[in-house]
Amino acid sequence: MLLVLPILVPFFCAATSLLAWRSLTAQRLCGVAGAVGLLASGVALFAAVQRAGILVVQVGNWPAPFGITLVADVLSAVMVLLTGVIAVAVAVFALGSLDGRRERFGYHALVQVLLMGVCGAFLTGDLFNLYVWFEVMLIASFALLALGGERAQLEGAVKYVTLNLVSSAVFLAAAGITYGVTGTLNFADLAHRLAAAPHPGVGLTLAMLLLVAFGIKAAIFPLFFWLPASYHTPPVAVTTLFSGLLTKVGVYALIRVFTLVVPLTAVTQPLLLTVAGLTMVTGVLGAIAQHEMRRLLAFHVVSQIGYLLMGLGLASPLGLAGAVYFMVHVTLAKSALFLVSGIVQRLRGSFELDRLGGLWRDHPYVSLLFLVPALALAGIPPLSGFWAKLLLLQAGLAAAHWWVTATALAVSLLTLFSMTKIWAAAFWAAAPPGVPGAALTRRQWLLLGGPAAGLGLLTVLMGVAADPAIGLAQRAAAQLLDPSAYVAAVLGRP
Amino acid sequence: MELLLALTVGVLYAAGVYLLLRRSLVKLVIGLVLLGHAANLLIMAAGRVSAGVPPIIPAGATALTPPHADPLPQALVLTAIVIGFGVQAFALVLLKRAYQVAGTDDLDALHTTDT
Repeated sequence: MLLVLPILVPFFCAATSLLAWRSLTAQRLCGVAGAVGLLASGVALFAAVQRAGILVVQVGNWPAPFGITLVADVLSAVMVLLTGVIAVAVAVFALGSLDGRRERFGYHALVQVLLMGVCGAFLTGDLFNLYVWFEVMLIASFALLALGGERAQLEGAVKYVTLNLVSSAVFLAAAGITYGVTGTLNFADLAHRLAAAPHPGVGLTLAMLLLVAFGIKAAIFPLFFWLPASYHTPPVAVTTLFSGLLTKVGVYALIRVFTLVVPLTAVTQPLLLTVAGLTMVTGVLGAIAQHEMRRLLAFHVVSQIGYLLMGLGLASPLGLAGAVYFMVHVTLAKSALFLVSGIVQRLRGSFELDRLGGLWRDHPYVSLLFLVPALALAGIPPLSGFWAKLLLLQAGLAAAHWWVTATALAVSLLTLFSMTKIWAAAFWAAAPPGVPGAALTRRQWLLLGGPAAGLGLLTVLMGVAADPAIGLAQRAAAQLLDPSAYVAAVLGRP
Repeated sequence: MELLLALTVGVLYAAGVYLLLRRSLVKLVIGLVLLGHAANLLIMAAGRVSAGVPPIIPAGATALTPPHADPLPQALVLTAIVIGFGVQAFALVLLKRAYQVAGTDDLDALHTTDT
């Protein structure tokens, strides 16, 4: 039951807010209630997985390889919990920042559908079912991205929709070939089937198809161009939701298939590490070249995906633990930064660094809200980013992958540089003449500043309580690297 | 039959990718539709093509006798067709709106959000 809740709660709230189409208050209530309910079910699921190990539900009581299986191991439970946290932060932020027109055209229902798709993707144990959840998530994200119909939004949406549909077609082909070769789509059942497949080249073909399909969604080099072209166009609440969750679903799917279905080989491992390094570098260089806060942050999303890929590519217990810890860290820190960019836009009416300034003098608390996650992202101790990068660098050195380790270090420095660029231009520099200084009401401060402060606080907590957090990540990594427990839990036999 | 299907899938993929690389919005959406169809046919072909052997246990027997069709790929394709239909319908509306707002169907002119 716990396993179905993170899917059912958003579904129920989406349906309710569609029924309450005429009442904006009821829709807002559904939006917040859905997010809080999702967080609560995420906490319950997390506690249950901590207590009882891997949880499995065979939907409709169809036995394992034939029906659809929902599985929650430590990684899935952590990701669902994280989804709940981001959902609550964005739901509160949206109340204070969104215009009524977008809300009246179904914003709240679409967000709930998106959350349902994300949680379904995290919990499913079936390749084709993963495709279905991806599509649920995508159609909601398409509509959210275009909602409002501004020219920039539509232009961004054309690119986003096209590349994501190509990715879906590739994924669908991969699922079809997988079934044709092995006769099963269940992850646990696939774990040992594909290794024994009659054609040795098929494993590599599938690995490449899946890498391209999930790589487009995760925005890895060279498939990331849709992200910086579209993520800065919708309202900040939507951007935060996308950057926090959608690319992470792609990375989650990569981690799942490359540990369980098509384990890394002598061909795919160097490829993943090379792609990881290039993703880090191109992302951060793109970020440095930007003069608009949200575009800069959008390029950073790409850069950070490289670190996650590096952890996966190292395929060692420490590397995967680093990837899991990094994923939680970057989702929290990046979402906090996007929310702060929304507050800055509210205060100054612009995202352009040239037209910002003087925020440190006028609004020291907002500056603090920016500074903490920015330093965490750059990896300053004792914040979360420091431990995340330390784990990955240690893993890289231990596995003697010098190039990717050196790249990770250099990119870390450039990340700090690009964060100081925002800090110096928007917060420290004197305000250029004629900058409008809007005042926010007390309610707006609570609704806008509260979520950003909460997420910032969580990155600090993750850094201060690094020991239990890293222990958790290591348990997740151990489960990923030794799938026997997962297989036994799903198939009911060793 | 399998050869024919494989050739059709190949032609559909080639045509889809070619249309995706054109600059016109309309050709873009036709390319997306063709890619979706290619993937669907690929699932059909990969799931073994067989005719006249429905997976039904004959009266009196207790199990299926071997050459029989696999119903699962058809279920997968049916699901994929329905999903594809919804998504492609959305893409059509989006491209029409983009054309109305931007006043052009040339993809190279839609570059204001690029960096």
